[in-house]
Amino acid sequence: MSVAGINVLVEETRALQAGEKPPQAGTKAPLLAVRGVSTYYGSVAALKGVDLDVAEGEIVTLIGANGAGKSTLMMTIFGAPQARSGSITYDGADITRRPTHEIARLGLAQSPEGRRVFPRMTVHENLQMGASLHGGRHFAEDLDKVCVLFPRVKERLHQRAGTMSGGEQQMLAIARALMSRPRLLLLDEPSLGLAPLVVKGIFDAIRRLNREDGMTIFLVEQNAYHALKLAHRGYVLVNGRVTMSGSGRQLLDDPAVKAAYLEGGHAAPAGA
Amino acid sequence: MDVFVQQLINGLTLGSIYGLIAIGYTMVFGIIGMVNFAHGDVFMLSCFIALIAFLILTTWLGISSVALAFLVVLVVAMLLTALWGWAIERVAYRPLRGSFRLAPLISAIGVSIFLSNFVQVVQGARNKPTPPLLSGGITLFERDGYAVFLSYKQCLIMAVTAVLLTGFWYLVQKTPFGRAQRACEQDRKMAALLGIDVDRTISLTFVLGAALAAVAGVLYLMYYGVVSFSDGFVPGVKAFTAAVLGGIGSLPGAVLGGLIIGLIETFWSAYFSIEYKDVAAFSILAITLIFMPSGILGRPEVEKV
Repeated sequence: MSVAGINVLVEETRALQAGEKPPQAGTKAPLLAVRGVSTYYGSVAALKGVDLDVAEGEIVTLIGANGAGKSTLMMTIFGAPQARSGSITYDGADITRRPTHEIARLGLAQSPEGRRVFPRMTVHENLQMGASLHGGRHFAEDLDKVCVLFPRVKERLHQRAGTMSGGEQQMLAIARALMSRPRLLLLDEPSLGLAPLVVKGIFDAIRRLNREDGMTIFLVEQNAYHALKLAHRGYVLVNGRVTMSGSGRQLLDDPAVKAAYLEGGHAAPAGA
Repeated sequence: MDVFVQQLINGLTLGSIYGLIAIGYTMVFGIIGMVNFAHGDVFMLSCFIALIAFLILTTWLGISSVALAFLVVLVVAMLLTALWGWAIERVAYRPLRGSFRLAPLISAIGVSIFLSNFVQVVQGARNKPTPPLLSGGITLFERDGYAVFLSYKQCLIMAVTAVLLTGFWYLVQKTPFGRAQRACEQDRKMAALLGIDVDRTISLTFVLGAALAAVAGVLYLMYYGVVSFSDGFVPGVKAFTAAVLGGIGSLPGAVLGGLIIGLIETFWSAYFSIEYKDVAAFSILAITLIFMPSGILGRPEVEKV
């Protein structure tokens, strides 16, 4: 073994002894690292020093009640609004003060709260908007892919997006985000207000994206039971602070999480 | 009947010019929800740019071909006016984005006053005549000594308007830029999340609006043969009326509104009273705002959520 190799080994051992987590196989730093982020609306703090990691290839979920700051965190990652303090790094680059459209160009995509499809554009045009970063280079190929994932989107290609049902709009919002070929996909409440069967379809699609395409997914959900079952790891956000984190399984079994977010269980998921 | 056809021709010509200006109002309103009160003065400015370009071409460079002179003047006026449109947005509106709603509106009124005074100072307050560019025409039919006359100027105005609007429609409906433009109009924040540079798109909207106003300016100058520093206001407000009548935010609405306002104005002048033609046009603004605030092709918000 070379001297350099031994040095690395020594470093790693030291880090392990210091109680740091060993890096995940194949990755050095997390793909997305949120450090001490505080975001304000005027003088009201919506996020108060949030720390959070998303590693390449993971599904990470953030659960919390209405108004906990989940969507604010999603938008803060995209610089709208910008964090007042703390830092956000994506793939090693500090993106805290970058403009929203430049962040999108780095390979992050978001299906935001409230879906926000372009109502007076056709479904096809919405998808073209999603692909605009690539100037239409992989459009046909990617269109086929999302149509396989969401057959309903295919049926509605030439309909105006504003005339579709909520569930269809949700699928379109996710499909549109996928059209940019993101490395990291942010999904904000994909299950909100949808029928259980539709929710199941969407969660299945998320699982497939992660397993088959290795896409990294950061999922914000009120539907804690489904989200924690799906995710590798989860965080709990309360009043703008992360109060708990752990593997999806750990959080599901945690009595505090159970009491606050899962009471009533999967028979009646929160938000229903 | 003869008078009617003649007025129809005159009205459509005038309406074409209003329609071209109205697009600038409606696009800017669509994307940033602001009435750009300086747009009429941008139109006036383009008349002066066209006039100066025309004089330079004909007297200094000695170009005698009318078609060539017209084309060069059109291109020069579009480019320079677009530059003005870009600069105005950059200096007077963009810094106020995110400020309270009235701020850019007041700024626009300031720009309007600045432009008309600027032109008055550097060009003088008198009417500036231009040598006739194109004369003659076709007598369509003649009866009882009344000839219905379609001048070449009118043909040119309607043809140029039709061609440019077709090109413009294609740009907005079929190109990536047009899609980005419409996306920003519907949800700016979402467009940014998809990697669209919203500021740049807004800039380009102003550039396009100003370029179309410049086309209107060139045609106006050619049609009336005279322009003064105060000529921005009335055509500007009429084009704004056209945009409101057609449904502000709607591009076909702006053109339709322009044609209707042009027709109303000419028919009113012909059949009732020429002194009251502006009253007729502005009454339409009031009536539209009261009884049909979303205009003819405007969208009543009936989106499913």
